[in-house]
Amino acid sequence: MMHHVLALVSHARRMVGRNAVSAVAFAIVSLLLCLAVVGSVLTQYDPYATDLANVLSPPSELHWFGTDQLGRDVLSRVVAAARIDLFVAVCAVAASFIVGVGIGGLAGYFGGTFDLWTSRVAEMVQVFPLFVLAMALVAALGNDLRNVVLATAIVNLPFYIRLARIEVGVLSTQLFVEAARAAGNGDVRIIGRVLLPNVMPNLMIQLSVNLGWAILNAASLSFIGLGIRPPTAEWGIMVADGAAHAMAGNWWLVVFPGFMLALAVFAFNLLGDALRDIFDIRSR
Amino acid sequence: MGLLSFFLRRLMAAIPAVGALVVATFVIMRVLPGDPAVFFSSSPVPSAEETAYVRQKLGLDRSLPGQLVVYLKEIGTADLGMSFTTGRPVLTELRERLPASLELAMVALALALIVSIPLGVMAAIWSGSLLDHIARIVSSIGVSMPTFVTGLILTYVFFLWLGLAPEPVDRIDMFITAPPRVTGFLLIDSTLNGDWIALRSAAGRLVLPSVTMATFVLSPLTRMTRSAMLGVLSSDFVRTARAMGLSDRTVYVRYALRNAMLPVLTTMGIVFSTMLGSNVLVERVFGWPGIGSFALNALLASDYAPVQGFVLLMGLLLVMINLVIDVAYGIADPRARRAT
Repeated sequence: MMHHVLALVSHARRMVGRNAVSAVAFAIVSLLLCLAVVGSVLTQYDPYATDLANVLSPPSELHWFGTDQLGRDVLSRVVAAARIDLFVAVCAVAASFIVGVGIGGLAGYFGGTFDLWTSRVAEMVQVFPLFVLAMALVAALGNDLRNVVLATAIVNLPFYIRLARIEVGVLSTQLFVEAARAAGNGDVRIIGRVLLPNVMPNLMIQLSVNLGWAILNAASLSFIGLGIRPPTAEWGIMVADGAAHAMAGNWWLVVFPGFMLALAVFAFNLLGDALRDIFDIRSR
Repeated sequence: MGLLSFFLRRLMAAIPAVGALVVATFVIMRVLPGDPAVFFSSSPVPSAEETAYVRQKLGLDRSLPGQLVVYLKEIGTADLGMSFTTGRPVLTELRERLPASLELAMVALALALIVSIPLGVMAAIWSGSLLDHIARIVSSIGVSMPTFVTGLILTYVFFLWLGLAPEPVDRIDMFITAPPRVTGFLLIDSTLNGDWIALRSAAGRLVLPSVTMATFVLSPLTRMTRSAMLGVLSSDFVRTARAMGLSDRTVYVRYALRNAMLPVLTTMGIVFSTMLGSNVLVERVFGWPGIGSFALNALLASDYAPVQGFVLLMGLLLVMINLVIDVAYGIADPRARRAT
């Protein structure tokens, strides 16, 4: 087991060195993850402490990103928001990854009626604008954080089902899978040890791109007033709350949370390409 | 297979999707929180008898399959219920607002295509060049920008700061009389009416929201054009065309681009779907009186009939768009008619 991990790490290092873009993606994502974990320790102010004597002050040495309409420090809020936005994205994507790959993998491996129905349903859901679907789901399930995670996960599910299904379906007909079966391996072992490692590269790209999309989705939902509610420090809410004041000239209320949001999505999109290089066992 | 039978088969294939959609909107309606009978009662604190009466009138006292039958009957007679926030039939509202959303989405799509197809083609012809990298970075940034942030920043810069753009409210200046409604598309109606002032105002208001939307879908279109173009450029017939001494222009435009457009056409369905979804956000930022902002306001006010109508309309629209794309594909490439 250990030498697998070591091989992966050294391979990752080689790949990162080869590709500057991947290095940047890794750097930004690590930075965001660090912010999400330690977050408020790094910032000087309480993200929820109001200071009415000091409202809407532009970026300065005291408040690098300025203060909002209640005198709260924008930098502290932007950093605190990293945790909640990443939390929603990671939970939602993990859920749809596990369930989707499970369903799609089984459908692709065994085929039959189950396969037919799951792909029909997945196809049908995918035609629909995902954001509208997420909106309707949050409204139907109830307007809270847990349901934002759930809605994001459900909306993402078809992507994993279809991808895992196609990948597993194509691979199952390959000679090396035949060989593994001929060597006396059972279905479970073939799926776990032979098929999954081979479908990982494309799933990983999907995973990373979806993380970016999930962040965007959650922030967009809270921007329109669904899901996470004020005064929670969250990028979408900060932009929504700041919009009116920004149009009065206080640009920092929209620019900083908006920039962090875009940066997070951008980094996960780039990471998708980088991950393909690392997990693609054929390129080692 | 003939074109007509191909078309009919695609049409038949769309029926289950529409059926599923109708059932889905029905289910969403039933699980949404709140009791419609209480909403529709005339008094603020309705008595038990009154609620029961309204429930009976709305058909809510029947079994679920019974309610589904009532719902199907209502849809059959184009009755989508009333919006209690605006006090008007949902169908009327949607019919009045749909052209606003479609006009915005179509202008944005046109804009995105005008930029992304040449960009994708050039990125493929000079792949690995600086231009290729720039194209990739620009489109990656575009797809990472949340539409509401792009919209707000554009408004800040071009309306507030530079004073070039009109204020982000409505489709036309409030002091300009809108042209008489023919299609509902202001650009078309004002042209038909020969009303250049209205046309200018409507076009001006379209710029920022459509740029905002186009930015978001630049990436899939550019990437698809690039990879399709790369595939075609390495094919035998392009090599032959080159070997026969045809000019670069003829090879790229007449031979390569035409063939590369087919995969791009299929991504168009996804792109249009994305655009209709982001419509809700863009309409909110720009005060655009489309179906997205209508549905959102209704949703936030727990007014569910408009939401149901919106979801239904959206689904029908997408089924139709995908049908059109499939048929267009079938016309362009007869081999595709066999596949499905």
